[in-house]
Amino acid sequence: MRLEPVANPSIWRTTLPPAIAIASTVVVASLLAMAAGANPFSVLGLILKGAFGSKFALLETLNRATPLIFTGLSVAVAFRARLWNIGAEAQLYAGALITVVLGTGMLQWGAFALLPALAISSMLAGALVLLVPALLKVRFGVDEVVTTLLFNFIFLLFISMLLEGPLKDPMGMGWPKSERLIAEARLPRIVEGLRLHWGFGLALIAAALVWVIERRTTLGYEMRAVGLNREAAGFAGIPVNRVLIKTALLAGGLAALAGFSEVAGLKGNLTLDLSPGFGYTGIIVAMLALLNPLAVVAAALFVAGIFVGADSMSRAASVPSYLADIMLATALLLMVLAILLTRFRVVRE
Amino acid sequence: MDILEILLSASFWTAAIRIASPLIFATLGELICERAGILNLGIEGIMVAGAFAGWMAVYSGTGLWMGVAVAMAVGMLFGLVHSLLTVPFGLSQHVVGLGVTLLATSLTYYAYRLALPEVTSPPKIDAFQPFEIPLLSELPLIGPALFSQTPLTYLAFILVGVVTLVLYRTPLGLALRAAGENPSAVAAQGLSVTGIRMGAVIVGSGFMAVGGAFLTMSAFDSFFFEMVNGRGWICIALVVFGAWKPGKALLGAILFAAFDALQIRVQQTPLGADIPYQVFLMTPYILSILALIVMSRRAEVPAALMVPFNKGER
Repeated sequence: MRLEPVANPSIWRTTLPPAIAIASTVVVASLLAMAAGANPFSVLGLILKGAFGSKFALLETLNRATPLIFTGLSVAVAFRARLWNIGAEAQLYAGALITVVLGTGMLQWGAFALLPALAISSMLAGALVLLVPALLKVRFGVDEVVTTLLFNFIFLLFISMLLEGPLKDPMGMGWPKSERLIAEARLPRIVEGLRLHWGFGLALIAAALVWVIERRTTLGYEMRAVGLNREAAGFAGIPVNRVLIKTALLAGGLAALAGFSEVAGLKGNLTLDLSPGFGYTGIIVAMLALLNPLAVVAAALFVAGIFVGADSMSRAASVPSYLADIMLATALLLMVLAILLTRFRVVRE
Repeated sequence: MDILEILLSASFWTAAIRIASPLIFATLGELICERAGILNLGIEGIMVAGAFAGWMAVYSGTGLWMGVAVAMAVGMLFGLVHSLLTVPFGLSQHVVGLGVTLLATSLTYYAYRLALPEVTSPPKIDAFQPFEIPLLSELPLIGPALFSQTPLTYLAFILVGVVTLVLYRTPLGLALRAAGENPSAVAAQGLSVTGIRMGAVIVGSGFMAVGGAFLTMSAFDSFFFEMVNGRGWICIALVVFGAWKPGKALLGAILFAAFDALQIRVQQTPLGADIPYQVFLMTPYILSILALIVMSRRAEVPAALMVPFNKGER
């Protein structure tokens, strides 16, 4: 078989493959639910209801989507320039770390000064964490996939070390957790009484800003050019390495904001289970959004909905919540294939 | 003084070879994929799936070797998924690989929860036991280290030889290496690049799964979540460290495992007691990164690694 580009794809060609991909994902989930001895329709219904069925569920989904928007944006920016940053997890924890280091009393400022300071320092920390693999790539040609992956393990152990050492809360009953942030370091709620903090607002602003950077600035143009064809971009006079470094700084900063927002908006302190893999899930979010910063918001809501819905479904039906991860992995694999088939046709030899 | 004592003890080298064994299987698997031009980031998840499948098969009553075969078959199945998407369709090997890792891991955890819904600690199986090779196992130091291991470890070493032979001494190996260096030349010979690459990914993934199964069937005797714990990623680093050559990759795996065995032992000395244990746990990952930096300058990367091949296109 061979792939042949389709010059003027019909409406069917552009919509049918993604629709089939989503339908197949639902079929896979149903089959697995049946394997667990549950009724697939009630399982899918419970997932939907648990994700969007009530005000509480919806707020929970928005809260869960917030870090995913940040990590999704981080991955989207990096992958656009073909910088394979799989280390958003480490960058997230770098942001969270700086937030608790500065926000538990070291800086006694008012909220209007402290919150921006925490956000910016988080971004710097995250940028620094990705700068190392980016420099290794540019300087020595070390593949960033492996280094960023390994950094996740190193950084989590580093956090664990700090939480059992200098950062340990003396009042924490021996648990490895940090002290709580001071009141001025907490992100306020968007609407009083509703459990949704300004981290979500910040995530929306970040998505818009990233969109502007990608589409309306020279850096964005250079990032896309480097991503499309590194050699050609270099030949055209674009400083490829410098663009890659700038991309890394931006991507690292964005992922770190997820850590800042989770600590300052939701948790209030740093623990080792701050992120259940938000950094890795960001890759799925970014791919489902086709690396488009605005679509990242929608993809994050979808992914968060599946997670929140599956958690709630798992409590009601005897189906393990890992069903959510399977659905997302299936959706990811089928979606990248579907997107390809919207632009190419398969020709038999 | 302490460290020298450790390095000269037979138990240290026995442990090092044991720790190296799963890495050898998985590194060989990744090496085969990459030599054919495909980066397989599904390795981490495929190891998880292999660890579970082999152990579960034995737990349900099959023999140990049947368990290894089941693990291998499961790995090959995920290899098929990976290769279908990356070879004929030429999709991003990064995205597909990570997707396969997520799929394999979550399917495994799901299956585990379904198979054993209400266990707090996973059941044990009668795992592979060390088999002492007559005479050779009585040699000082290398006897216990190399010749008193479990049969799976012997298989790992044999496999290094087999893979080397096939890669460098058979037409199949030549075609496989060419598919990773110059696929157009392979196609010009009338051979199917797609077939060779898919075959390499499927077989390689099978080896990765056996590497995972080593953990549950030889190193330990039950299955835990997070038990693979980044070993797959380390194997990807080992392939680079070994310059895509089986023999060098074997040395890398043993060297790496020796460091790992050493850090466990140093932790228990007075010197190690003053250092947070996380520092020791970090060392394998840091070593992998250092190895990548050192080797990056003279690495001979397969020229067509990560380059999709479309017949008729240049």
